[in-house]
Amino acid sequence: MLSPMTTTDPPILVVAPRRSVWRRLQAVWQYRELLVGLIRKELNVKYKDSSLGFLWSMLNPAMYMVVFYVVFQVILDSGIPNFVVYLLAGLLPWNFFASSLSGATGSIVQNGSLVNKVYFPREILPLATVGASVVHFLLQGTVLLAVLAVFRYDVALSYMWLVIPSLLVLLVLASGIAILFAALNVYARDLQHLLELLLLGWFWTTPIVYPWFLPADQLAEKGYSSSLLLLNPIVPVVIALQRAIYGTESYVRDGITTQLLPAEGAWWYLRNLGLVGLAACALFIVAIHIFGRLEANFAEEL
Amino acid sequence: MSAISIKGVSKRFRVSEDRQTSLKERVVHLGRAKRGHREFWALQDIDLEIEQGETVGLLGHNGSGKSTLLKCVGGILNPTFGEVRVRGRIASLLELGAGFHPELSGRENVFLNGSILGLSKRDIASRFDDIVGFAELEDFIDEQVKHYSSGMYVRLGFAVAINVEPDVLLVDEVLSVGDEAFQTKCLEKVREFQHDGRTIVFVSHAAELVRRICTRAMVLDHGRTVTIDDAASAILVFREGLLGKHLDGDRVLAHGHRITRTVRIDEVIAAWPGSDERGYVSPGDPVTIAVRYDCDAPTEDVAFALEIRDTDGTIVYGCNSDVLGGQLGAIADSGWITFEIPSLGLLDGVYRVDVGVHTHDAVTEYDFVQAAALLTVIGGPGVVGIADLSARVRDGRPL
Repeated sequence: MLSPMTTTDPPILVVAPRRSVWRRLQAVWQYRELLVGLIRKELNVKYKDSSLGFLWSMLNPAMYMVVFYVVFQVILDSGIPNFVVYLLAGLLPWNFFASSLSGATGSIVQNGSLVNKVYFPREILPLATVGASVVHFLLQGTVLLAVLAVFRYDVALSYMWLVIPSLLVLLVLASGIAILFAALNVYARDLQHLLELLLLGWFWTTPIVYPWFLPADQLAEKGYSSSLLLLNPIVPVVIALQRAIYGTESYVRDGITTQLLPAEGAWWYLRNLGLVGLAACALFIVAIHIFGRLEANFAEEL
Repeated sequence: MSAISIKGVSKRFRVSEDRQTSLKERVVHLGRAKRGHREFWALQDIDLEIEQGETVGLLGHNGSGKSTLLKCVGGILNPTFGEVRVRGRIASLLELGAGFHPELSGRENVFLNGSILGLSKRDIASRFDDIVGFAELEDFIDEQVKHYSSGMYVRLGFAVAINVEPDVLLVDEVLSVGDEAFQTKCLEKVREFQHDGRTIVFVSHAAELVRRICTRAMVLDHGRTVTIDDAASAILVFREGLLGKHLDGDRVLAHGHRITRTVRIDEVIAAWPGSDERGYVSPGDPVTIAVRYDCDAPTEDVAFALEIRDTDGTIVYGCNSDVLGGQLGAIADSGWITFEIPSLGLLDGVYRVDVGVHTHDAVTEYDFVQAAALLTVIGGPGVVGIADLSARVRDGRPL
C-alpha cells in the first residue's frame, strides 16, 4: 500500500453485472463516512441562508399540531383527551416515514451528475435522505418532549421500551422502500409525483389524527376482523408508539366509555412489530437486490 | 493479483430512439415498448491485465468504447457480461469537481468530495492543507463554491482528486482541457504518480501523449480489442487503422480543404540505416520517406508535400516537390516518390511525418495523411533542444 494512512489491506472493487446483496451491503459499510457526509450535506443545504435554520424542522410539526388541534378538537370535537400528545405520538413517526420516501425517491435522479461520474455504492443516496430524516425526527422529538414536560404528562412507563423496536422497524421499512423507489424512479419518473398522492392516501388511512377504534369498530360492524388494519405496515408502529407515549386506552365522556387503543398487553404490540419487522427486512433485501439489477443502467438513463 | 483485471467484459447499451420515461407513456406504449429500442455493443469481450505501477493507454476513435471501458474500471458502469476487479483506491480525473455542491463552502466540499472518493474524514483532515495549497485557494476556502470562478472550481476538484493518494488513477481526456499551465501541472503529477509506482489508466485519442507517458497501450475499435502492445507498436497499429479509415470516401480537412482523392497516398515508409532493426533514428542519420501513390487518371498538375512536426504540432520542417525543384511530370496509375533527407538535423523527441498531395497552386488537395510515419530520434547525452545544429567549439577567437 502506498499511503501510510490507509490500512494494509487494499480494498478490492469488483465491477460485475451481478453482485450479491451481501457484497452490496459490505460496500455500503465501507462507504459509511460518505453516508455521514451526505447526511450532513443534506442538512446543511436544506436550511442554508434561512434565518431560522433548524427551527423550521420543529416549527413544521408545531404548525400541524395547531391545525389539527383546531380542526379535530375545536371544530369536530373528537373528544380525545390530551389530543396534542396523541397526535404527536403518531405524527412524528409518520413525518419521518413520509419525508424519507419523498426525499429518497428523487435522490438518484437529482444526483445524476454524480452517479454518472464517480463510483460509490448508489444505495448511499437514498439512505442519506433517510438519515437526514432521522435527524429531523430527533429534532421534532424535542417538540414532543417539550409538550410532555409542559403538560407534566404521565407516559406509559411499562410500555416505554416498545419505542425502541418501533423505531427500528420503522427505520428498516423506510430504508427498504426508499431504496426501491429511488431505483424505480430512474426508469419511471412519474413515481415522484405519484408518491405525493400515495402518501396522502396512506396518511389518512393510518390512525394518526383519529383513534384506532374508529376504523376498527367500522370493520367489526361489517363482520371483518380489526386485524385487517394491521396490514398497513405503518399501523403497528404508530399504535405501539401511541401506546407507549400517549398510553390512554380508553376514556369516559358523558358516561360513555370510548376505546382509543387496543386493550392488549405489550406482547401483542411486539408481535405485530415483529411481523412487520420481518416483512421489512425481507423487503430491504429484495429492494437491494432489485436496486442492483436496475443500477447497471443508471448511468445511461440519467 | 494484478492491480486491474478485466475479464471478458462486454457492455451493451440500449438506445431508445424515442425515449419513454414517464409512466403514462409507458402505459400508452405498452406492448409496443420494444419498437423504439436499438441495441449496440459498446464493448465486446475485453480482456486486460494491468500490473501495479504500469501506465496503460487506451487508444481509439470516438465511439470506440475506450471511455466506456474506463467507466467500467471505475465502477460507474456495470458490464453486461464479465467482471472487472480493481485493487486499491481509485481516483478518476474523469470529471473534476463532480459532486461539488454550490451552496456549500470550499472546505465542506473538500470533505464531501474526499469521502465520495473513499477517504476517511481523518485522512482528509490531514491532507487538507496540501489540497488547499495545491489549488491555491487559501483565501477563498470558506466561501461558497457557487462564488468560485470556473478555474477555481476545476483547480479544487483536481487538488482533491490527486491528493486522495489513489492506488489507481483513471484519466480521461481531462489533460486536453484547461489552460497550458494546468495541463503541465497535470502531467507533472502523472509523472510523480508513475514514480511512486501507482497504476494509471489513460484514455486519449492524442497518440503522442500516450507515447509520452504510457508503457503499454490498448487499441480499441468499435468495442473490440485491436491490439495490446507496448505504446509505440500500439500507436502504429492505431495509425494504420486511421489510414485504413481514410481510404474510403471523401474527407474534409480541418482547414476546410476538400479532398478529392483522385490521387491517393497508399503507403508511406520512412527508412534510415538499420531501420529494420531499430525503431529509432540517430541525429544526423540519412532518412528517406517513400510515398506510394495511385491515381484514377493521368494527372499533370501534381505536387507532393512533406511536413515534419514535433509533439506540440509545431512544424519543424515543411516542403513540397515544387519547392525542392523536382517538378514532377504527369503521373499515371501508381508509383513511388521519395523524399531524401541527407542528414536528419533533429535531436531527441518524437516527430510525426504528414504527407500530402495537391495541385501546384495547393488549392485542390488530392489526399493528405496525418502522422503517416513517426520518427523517434534518440541521440547521445549532452546537447539539448530539438534541432541538431552540429555546433563546434574552438579555442580562441574565430578564424
